[in-house]
Amino acid sequence: MNEPHDHAHEHHDHAHPHRHPPRPDTDDTLGHFQIMEIAVRELLIGKGIVSPDEVQRAIEAMDARGEALGAKIVARAWTDPAFKARLMADGTEAVRDFGVDMGTTRLFVVENTSTVHNVVVCTLCSCYPRMVLGLPPDWYKSRNYRSRTVREPRAVLQEFGTVVPADTEVRVHDSTADMRYLVLPERPSGTDGWSAEQLAALVSRDAMIGVAFARTP
Amino acid sequence: MTGRAAANASVPARFKPGDAVSVRRAHPPGHIRTPWYIRGHSGTVVHALGSFANPEELAYNRPGLPAQPLYRVRFRQREIWPDYAGNAADTLDIEIFQHWLEPAGSER
Repeated sequence: MNEPHDHAHEHHDHAHPHRHPPRPDTDDTLGHFQIMEIAVRELLIGKGIVSPDEVQRAIEAMDARGEALGAKIVARAWTDPAFKARLMADGTEAVRDFGVDMGTTRLFVVENTSTVHNVVVCTLCSCYPRMVLGLPPDWYKSRNYRSRTVREPRAVLQEFGTVVPADTEVRVHDSTADMRYLVLPERPSGTDGWSAEQLAALVSRDAMIGVAFARTP
Repeated sequence: MTGRAAANASVPARFKPGDAVSVRRAHPPGHIRTPWYIRGHSGTVVHALGSFANPEELAYNRPGLPAQPLYRVRFRQREIWPDYAGNAADTLDIEIFQHWLEPAGSER
């Protein structure tokens, strides 16, 4: 996605020749919440409430989750109608088949069809189906994406190279509370007879957020 | 952090799918999960999701009970943004807690 300032300084014949001051690096200093996280973690370990191993295992478990898990779920839904019906009716329960525990949140699956294209955003923060897709990409947490996706979703989608036909309804899901949203992309044509494993390779993280289509073979 | 709450500690549900609702145009202080842009707008309940502890209370380490029914409400983009440039059929679905909703037309 483009950054919000593609004006002035990129066009040297433009009437605004000023340069923005360079943005300072922020990766060499700890912010308030980073310091708080370290302090709380050290206190919990110091008081014996959690062990350093448990912290490490939780980090590794989160890092191990990624689009491959979501892609497997999507590919199974494409190839197993009974699973798809369960996934659409109660995503939280259905993904237990894949060993996924949604914790205190619930998984809500929305299906892209020839008439509806779904896209997910969290305008308030960065709610994301981490248990099935892992950590969100940085752009998902950017103010640009969060504010513009509810206001001009088609323009945002276009910046991802995703042009939704004018007669298809674009449906934005603002993830404000306890649901976590996974987009079930449309199965690409030309994949008849493909195995779930082959199909999973066509499913990207972005397709499951709704900013892209599944890859075509 | 929010969470599913026991049904017996829930506020009774006032709305069901298909009901026309308006989001309260209120501006209380604190941790609010109802974005500004949707306040005052009218849509249709598409899913009743059950009851969840109130995040406005959980944010202050209170139990958030009785739990509030949570709904997915669908809005027409053109109703939210009068100058919306996309398809007139484009929509937005958002989770709204019951205490932020009124029957459509009752909002002053």
